[in-house]
Amino acid sequence: MKVLLSWLREFAPIDGSADELSEALSDLGLAVEDMQILGGNFDGVVVARVLALRPHPQADKIQLVDVDLGDGEALQICCGAFNMAVGDLVPLATLGTVMPGGLEIAKRKLRGEWSNGMLCSARELELADDHAGIFILDPSLTPGTPLREALGLETDVLFDLDVTGNRPDAMSVAGVARDLAARLGVPFQIPEPVVAESSNADAATRLHIEVLDRDLCGRFLARVIDDVRIGPSPEWMQKRLLALGQRPINNVVDVSNYVMFELGQPSHTFDLGKVTAGTLRVRRAVEGETLTTLDGHVRALLPTDGVICDRDDHPISLAGVMGGLTTEIDDQTTSVLLEIAWWDPLTIAQTAKRLGLRSEASTRYERSCDPELADRAARRFAELLAQTGATLAPGTIDVRGNTPSREPVLVRTARVNAILGTALDQASIASALEPIGFDVRVTGPDQHVTIPTFRLDTTNEIEIIEEIARRVGFTAIGKTVPRSPLTGTLSTRQTERRTVRRTLTGLGIDEVLPLPFLAPGDLERAGCEGHPIELTNPLVAEESVLRTSLRVGLLKTLAYNASHRNLGLRIFEVGHVYAHPKREQRLPDEREVLAVALGGREASAAIDVWSALVDAFALKKDRMVQTTASGLHPSRTALIEVAGTIVGALGEIDPAVCESFGVPERVAWLEVDLDVLLGLPHDERPYSRFSRYPSSDVDLAFEVAETCPAADVERQIRKAAGDLLVSLALFDVYRGDRVAEGTRSLAYALRLQAADRTLTDTEITEVRARCITAVEKSLPATLRH
Amino acid sequence: MNADIADLPARAEQAAGGATSLDEIQRVSTDFLGKKSALAEAKKALGALDPDARRSAGQLLNEVRDRIESLLDARRHELSQTARVAQLETERLDLTEIRERTRLGHLHLVTQARDRLEDLFVGMGFTVAEGPEIEDDWHNFGALNFAVGHPARAMQDTFYVNYGEPESTLLRTHTSPVQIRVMQSQSPPIYSIMPGRVFRQDTADATHMPVFHQIEGLVVDRGITFADLAGTLEAFTSAYFGPGFTSRLRPSYFPFTEPSAEYDIRRPDGSWLELGGCGMVHPNVLLAGGIDPEEYSGFAFGFGIDRLALMRHGVDDLREMFINDVRFLRQF
Repeated sequence: MKVLLSWLREFAPIDGSADELSEALSDLGLAVEDMQILGGNFDGVVVARVLALRPHPQADKIQLVDVDLGDGEALQICCGAFNMAVGDLVPLATLGTVMPGGLEIAKRKLRGEWSNGMLCSARELELADDHAGIFILDPSLTPGTPLREALGLETDVLFDLDVTGNRPDAMSVAGVARDLAARLGVPFQIPEPVVAESSNADAATRLHIEVLDRDLCGRFLARVIDDVRIGPSPEWMQKRLLALGQRPINNVVDVSNYVMFELGQPSHTFDLGKVTAGTLRVRRAVEGETLTTLDGHVRALLPTDGVICDRDDHPISLAGVMGGLTTEIDDQTTSVLLEIAWWDPLTIAQTAKRLGLRSEASTRYERSCDPELADRAARRFAELLAQTGATLAPGTIDVRGNTPSREPVLVRTARVNAILGTALDQASIASALEPIGFDVRVTGPDQHVTIPTFRLDTTNEIEIIEEIARRVGFTAIGKTVPRSPLTGTLSTRQTERRTVRRTLTGLGIDEVLPLPFLAPGDLERAGCEGHPIELTNPLVAEESVLRTSLRVGLLKTLAYNASHRNLGLRIFEVGHVYAHPKREQRLPDEREVLAVALGGREASAAIDVWSALVDAFALKKDRMVQTTASGLHPSRTALIEVAGTIVGALGEIDPAVCESFGVPERVAWLEVDLDVLLGLPHDERPYSRFSRYPSSDVDLAFEVAETCPAADVERQIRKAAGDLLVSLALFDVYRGDRVAEGTRSLAYALRLQAADRTLTDTEITEVRARCITAVEKSLPATLRH
Repeated sequence: MNADIADLPARAEQAAGGATSLDEIQRVSTDFLGKKSALAEAKKALGALDPDARRSAGQLLNEVRDRIESLLDARRHELSQTARVAQLETERLDLTEIRERTRLGHLHLVTQARDRLEDLFVGMGFTVAEGPEIEDDWHNFGALNFAVGHPARAMQDTFYVNYGEPESTLLRTHTSPVQIRVMQSQSPPIYSIMPGRVFRQDTADATHMPVFHQIEGLVVDRGITFADLAGTLEAFTSAYFGPGFTSRLRPSYFPFTEPSAEYDIRRPDGSWLELGGCGMVHPNVLLAGGIDPEEYSGFAFGFGIDRLALMRHGVDDLREMFINDVRFLRQF
């Protein structure tokens, strides 16, 4: 919403610099998004007389100009223009001047000659488009005079305000002026339009208005304006509209826009000659009806739309959104039917949105106009159109429908102060509200407040309290810090999530954050099963599927980096995955998952990462079950179990999947469902007293068939060794000539120790024998000697 | 005999000097001090002497033994030093021959910023609450006082998902639905922050992403005021940004707070930066959360995490954060 300072001043004697006013507007909740000084900023530009013109000794395209600023002294300027003569008056930007484009004029040497300022063209001063040469001024001016004074230039300030949805009143110059005047403590008044009525036939005899849907149309005021001659609007009006970014069209359209910007009330004009019998009927549209709007489009109407129909009940205008083609004003129009209406905000919002016809007018109707403004707006319209010869016929048709009630609202003084943390008394509350149009009637310790009709957004006590706060000034309300009676803390899950991340970064793995949106087919390509949730309104098809696994995001990240010649990345993500649930529930399944991808690494690297997590969370009874899983390497994949529950998988990505995603290296992979994992017992670390007696080490190497998992060998050893085994480590794996084909050698180091004694050689020998027997008897394995 | 004995140290010295290893020194030691050495023989012979002669001869033998021992020790030390030097030299490494350096992994910038924010608010007595990223319409809009057809719904370009009734389920457009979940699950006093991922149907550019991160704060207790909101944000501002940073509130509009405000911070150079929105929790929102607005009041605030992360490191394009280029990730 753009407003001009000069326009604001027509409603209140607003004083202050542009910066001060900008600050005040922001404090009022009308954030200044942009501010422009119009009419040029001429500070530092003065009238100068050309004393002499001399060629530059070093340059052809520059001449030296001696100018006099009124003190008779010659000041040398280097100038690239040659259109002036000795004795001419020209504008000189003196040293320190900041030009409209932001250039600051400084003393400069041009090819060895000093220039003490800059002579300006009309365009450089943003006075005109002329850039042919230096702006030659009227010879009657006095050298040394500031240019602004010499030319009688007026500056204006254009504020571009961000008006929030709860401020229908601030969608007009008058409304902004009201707020600003209250803030500055100066009187505010909307000038009464001065317009004589003609002796033409009374509108009452020429118009017949029926409002059939009183909820749709809260008020329909119509007047007749005669002697209209379509042509340009006055130049001053065009300038203002242009400043606001509104292209001037013709006198009728421009006046309509001008009144809308000034008072916030849109209007619509019909060519009265095209409205059969001057009859208008306001109702809801019927399914199947159509209307050709001003822009020539045929609109299919719905019962949610409001329409204005002719005598024969055919729609001729789309209420509050766009007029119809058949009654359009044209060059032959002489009499105008002026419609000033109050439309149901929701209706206008729906229709304008559905048809893509949001406009300055519909925006104002949507936010709710002032239903009591109609008469004034009509007279202001007529007053302004009279400037191009039009006359206002006597008589007003004013049909009222339903508008929101304005019952007084009880505002409790104690409640105001309890919400704001203030100590306002009743007088302060009244003096806050009254200047912005709220009527305050004291009721005991509290007050009944009548909300003005231009604030239909405001309906209850808390909204009035907001207005009081705004008027008091947010910055004037103090700053206190409430003391939390609680102990601030992270939840267990939040702490543990940090442990996961810290463990992984400690291993040199970087965290990534890919988007959770995938392209159709991505998940299938990565071998991820499950039924993904899809976006119903994606931005692009490539981002239309919600991930059921973090796999795609990490593979795409590896591929992206590989394409920039960065291989061997080690990355992880902790994030949500989403899926259709197996059973019906209110929201889809959403789980928190960890995934790790190690570029250029083999499966064992994933086991290392998992082992670190086992340690970090003191997980008990974890084991790997070698298997196959879709998308993972068929012979290098294991499910991870903790205490009998599957918590994830590890191994490598299927090479075919890597290739499909453009990852040119093998990828070790680990994925863990954190919801499952952290739901299991973990991080329990009871003290267990370790033995003070000496320990003994026994090494055992077995030749084991390749079909037999090492885990089985380990299990047999543990079982056979019993409580005396305090640690077991696979310290060597050998494949080659020295073992039988189809087998490999697995060498284990056993450390044996008793809690209460030093083990004897006999005991150690017995344990060793038990282990050998257990392994050899139950597995395809033999002891190596 | 005395002359032979007196000569022993010189001979031992010569023998030790010829020894080139600790083993050889040991042999010299055996030769001169061992059971079969001349010294041992002489000691055995002492018993045959008269007391005076025995005393003086014994004294001589002790002196000789001491001298030999000390000169052997000296030689032993010398040789072990030489051996050590030789050994250490064979172990010489060029420590500038560095292959790939070990490096720690780096947390994503968003995580780093989120952790800092969480820690700070935890220090101020807040707990950290979370909620689902896929939400229902009621938690995201209805409970937050967005009436049906409210223009503010259109303001937040919502991604809907194919779940349940059309437009019933969506990707949350803000972290505010967690406010409702917190109020429903616990009674006041509530001092919580709610960080998380949010979604808007915005095309990615330097300042927008369809997926980004917010942090929300909610305080509900008896007697909470707008001044408390201003004071809490002021305390946060100086704690997070550092001394010299202050804050201000400007009137604004959000359906779920009343009064509503924009939260701006003022940098030490005097410039302002819009950080987020805040306000007193709307009575309708308290009611939706099952809290009596006549008994309790509260405030809420929210702002973007990603932009704070960018600002901290001078990154000028939001998209950089989500490309996950390792050359970006490893800088922070």
